[in-house]
Amino acid sequence: MLEVRALTAGYGPVTVLRGVDFDARAGEVTCLMGRNGAGKTTLLKAIMGLVETAEGTIRLSGIDLHDLPAHRRPGHGLAWVPQGRRLFGPLTVAENLEVGGLLHGHRREVREHVLTLFPRLRERLAQPAATLSGGEQQMLAIGRALCLEPKVLLLDEPTEGLQPSMIALIRDAVLRLKAEGVAVVLVEQRVDAVLKMADRVAFMAHGRVEEMVEARKLEHGARQFLDYVGV
Amino acid sequence: MAFGPFLLLALMEGLVTAAVLALAASGLALVFGVMRVVNVAHGEFFMLGAVIAWFVASLIPGPAWMAFAAALVVAPLAVAALAALADALVLKRLNYDPEATIVATIGLLYMLQQAALTVYGPDARPVAAPFDLRLQLPWFGYSGYKLFVIAAAAVVLAGIWALMTHTRAGLVMRATQVDRDVARAFGIDVDRVYMGTFALGAGLAALAGVLIVPITQAHYLMGGDPLLLSFIVVIIGGLGSLRGTLVAALVIGLSDGVISMFFSPTLAKILATLLVALVLVFRPQGLFGTRT
Repeated sequence: MLEVRALTAGYGPVTVLRGVDFDARAGEVTCLMGRNGAGKTTLLKAIMGLVETAEGTIRLSGIDLHDLPAHRRPGHGLAWVPQGRRLFGPLTVAENLEVGGLLHGHRREVREHVLTLFPRLRERLAQPAATLSGGEQQMLAIGRALCLEPKVLLLDEPTEGLQPSMIALIRDAVLRLKAEGVAVVLVEQRVDAVLKMADRVAFMAHGRVEEMVEARKLEHGARQFLDYVGV
Repeated sequence: MAFGPFLLLALMEGLVTAAVLALAASGLALVFGVMRVVNVAHGEFFMLGAVIAWFVASLIPGPAWMAFAAALVVAPLAVAALAALADALVLKRLNYDPEATIVATIGLLYMLQQAALTVYGPDARPVAAPFDLRLQLPWFGYSGYKLFVIAAAAVVLAGIWALMTHTRAGLVMRATQVDRDVARAFGIDVDRVYMGTFALGAGLAALAGVLIVPITQAHYLMGGDPLLLSFIVVIIGGLGSLRGTLVAALVIGLSDGVISMFFSPTLAKILATLLVALVLVFRPQGLFGTRT
């Protein structure tokens, strides 16, 4: 579904990604793991068109996205949940979801689907997003992205700083999306979360995907976790 | 005239200043709020509105109201189109960098000013008010046109508020204001939003210029005061806050009217700039702004 080949990208003169090869398949959760600075977040931003890319290709369902400006990429089925949520804080929950649904005319059934997935948001629709708890903000960040009806969902550390009950809720939502056929790309640092959710794990170091491993072949203390994450 | 009626007159004059200022300053606040661009050329868009109103009034024969009505439509649209062009040719190429755009808009200020001097000339020229109505109060008579300016500004500002809070365009502008990268990730064409915002901000300044020209006359150097006062209002109200801008415009406009009438216009400006200094020291985010 999503194919990234030989992607080189960075910020101005600083090259972060150095020839990344990566792919994500429909109905699978692909985790990206690696130490800080390995290029995980930059890879997601490059896929979204928010980072300048020098070389390589990004294809989604056979369509080349490489030369498309950032605002034209979501229309092809890409959605991004950024690290730190980056909600539109002064806007209400309802308005955040409305922004999510702008491309598809803010369809009622899509919003209902999101509110069914995260019922707590229904009680908070008129509340400014900035006033939500951390867990609720993460639900809204994911819900807002789902309003795009994505084929590929890029999640950047969605469980960061959340309490266990919220982590379980986010995990259930991810697994439900996977069951619905969405290709989920998940940046995650916690090994137990990766082992519970992932189908495949891409280990990144020095701006490259060094190893792509089936998650069922991994366990706590596996060499890859030690080599690429240090746990 | 007794103190009471004198004060009433000062407050009515202050309301006219506040109305025009609120229009011009809300344009500046929109541009800064959404684009993070400090538009130093904003006063020149105000001046162009007045100058174009004079050209339109001179070209259209017939009753004054007809020429004025045409100017109310043509001048803001022409200035908005010019601003959109400036956005595409200058600001976009600078990637809306906050420092670079300050320098660029200073350049734009001089270009527009000198272009107006070349085409329009150095003289101040009047535009006839669209109607000659006088409101006779027990103590003094008052220009009906000035009351029209207050009402027109109130209607336009209510429209801007409705645009920002109840329309898709407003939602897109507010989302872009918060985080332009995330806005892009949801399909929002940020470059188009910026161009539209810059054009809207300039159009509001031009509209203020058209409304004021029957009272003050059009002149190629008339953009300086509105620019300064708009900055004062936007800083006091809170950078980028439309509500704060309206409240601050009322405070500055009314105090300007009262102080100018009872003391001197220069003292009014001194106190306004002193208020800005106090706000910057004690509440840098402005009365209604949020800390970032």
